[in-house]
Amino acid sequence: MNNNMIKYIVIGIAGILAPIVFANFQVQLGFLWLMVLFALTWDTQGGQMGYNSFGNILFFGLGMYVCATVQIGLVYDVAEYTAAAGLNSGRLNGDQYLTGLALGMGAGAVVAVIVAAIIGSGILGLRGHYFAIGTLGLGIAFGEIFAGWDYVGAGSGLAPPPFPDELDFLGGRNMFFYYIFFALAVAAFFTLKKLYASRFGLAINAIRDDEDKAEAMGLRTVRYKTISWCISAFFLALAGGPLGMLVGFIDPRETAFAGITFGIWMVLMAILGGKGTIWGPVIGAVIFHVTQEIFWSFLLGWQRVAMGVLIVVIVVFFPRGIMGWLRDTWPDRYGEKIDESVPQEGAAE
Amino acid sequence: MSAPMLEISGVSKAFGGVIANEDISITVPEGSITGLIGPNGSGKTTLFHSVVGYHPIDSGSIKFEGQEISKLRVPQIARLGMLRTFQQTRIYGEMNCVKNMLISIPHRDESIMSIFTPFPPEATEKAESLLEFVGLYSKRNLLAGELSFGQQKLLEFAMALMNEPKILLLDEPTAGINPTLINGIIDRLKKANEQLGITLFVIEHNMRVIMNLAEHIYCLAHGQLLADGPPDELRDNQLVIDAYLGAH
Repeated sequence: MNNNMIKYIVIGIAGILAPIVFANFQVQLGFLWLMVLFALTWDTQGGQMGYNSFGNILFFGLGMYVCATVQIGLVYDVAEYTAAAGLNSGRLNGDQYLTGLALGMGAGAVVAVIVAAIIGSGILGLRGHYFAIGTLGLGIAFGEIFAGWDYVGAGSGLAPPPFPDELDFLGGRNMFFYYIFFALAVAAFFTLKKLYASRFGLAINAIRDDEDKAEAMGLRTVRYKTISWCISAFFLALAGGPLGMLVGFIDPRETAFAGITFGIWMVLMAILGGKGTIWGPVIGAVIFHVTQEIFWSFLLGWQRVAMGVLIVVIVVFFPRGIMGWLRDTWPDRYGEKIDESVPQEGAAE
Repeated sequence: MSAPMLEISGVSKAFGGVIANEDISITVPEGSITGLIGPNGSGKTTLFHSVVGYHPIDSGSIKFEGQEISKLRVPQIARLGMLRTFQQTRIYGEMNCVKNMLISIPHRDESIMSIFTPFPPEATEKAESLLEFVGLYSKRNLLAGELSFGQQKLLEFAMALMNEPKILLLDEPTAGINPTLINGIIDRLKKANEQLGITLFVIEHNMRVIMNLAEHIYCLAHGQLLADGPPDELRDNQLVIDAYLGAH
């Protein structure tokens, strides 16, 4: 308990100070928290529920597009704005920018949760490999839909309004968005941690271990699975909006529905850290992001090869991830031990 | 005899050309222990599957406490209070025993709010006392998948009790368990029946077990109901002996 508090406080302080101390790395640090959020929300399905989803990026992209359109739409006509490709400078003042961002994030989250509930109630009926392939198609399909939709700029993308200068008192664009990602990742971590200890958490674990048994015991499995996806969708959509604005340009396939980068990374990070644990995705995301940055800096040209080698090494030597390996090696430190103490009186009679 | 808890009448089920169950009628009275025996492949497990809604039946009717359930699906039937255990024991292997028990609480009146709240302390107490009842208290923090097969059977039985069923369908509760432990299982099944008032419907191959346990036994062979009666009567029934020894 005490140890945990210290851990949280240290990470919290580090998180708050990082963009001030390492002012040159604000964007990279912001991405780090985004990666943590990716891995955490993917693990809700992939790790805790045993449903390997390759389509979670869908909600991220949806959140990004909805947020940007709402922010633009509050001031401009969206179709005209995108037709002009933002050239006649879609500038917003500080108030418009922040209101648009807040409303946009909210709207994006609502849309994503509704989409997750509708699609989920159908596609979550698939199991194992079929679910994985089905969701893989989803992400790609949505990317193509948005790449063909003129209202949001189609294939040439959408440029959200630039960060207004008058908001510089917030520490500038990079620092502002850094703290948004930091807050979202922390919120996601504690929400999920709390949920995993509730009936919901045990239910999705039961679905992972033996879904037929769970049904035979009377669990409303479809309800749990859909709720699980809605929770991931909620956080991913919230993160999508700010990312679009931090990057400054939304490409339907490369930024929003980036299945082959973000979509795959979230799986890798969760596996690297250890599926089905709360700290695994966090650790996995940090290691993945840091090594990726190091490879990009020092092994340019070979960075993808190095990344590939790292992944192979992890899968071969740590198939259950870092947390999984720790658990297997020292199970008693995680409470998996025989307890010879005498039970309290009043056993079931 | 008390009111029938489970009433199976004229149930047939075929898989393609294979007739697994043909016109089977069985009544399980409330509070009883009823047995179901028969040689391998005689259609016992198929009948269980039909009863709990695992697959649709071709004809006939299945009534649980007077309610027709042959069109309901597995989780719905389970929530009514009819639970089954599996021949191949099924537990949640990556969760510890206490968690296995906790998630087995009844799901009848589950509100959206209760999904997101932690388990009440009473649930944990009940889980631990039931683990004590089946003799797994000291192993409660181990992953269920690390238990031996016999212990997993006991855990599965405790999970079923946690669910507070009205009737429990047990598919070979003593298969693959050493003789010493079998006596313990018989005791606990009888206790569950007498003290918790749970009606039992048991498939069993071990004749000693079923003759000790059941008050009334049905015998299936080749998908048909061959005979039924109290244990002593069935033991001397020539048809049953022939079915088991293969005389035709």
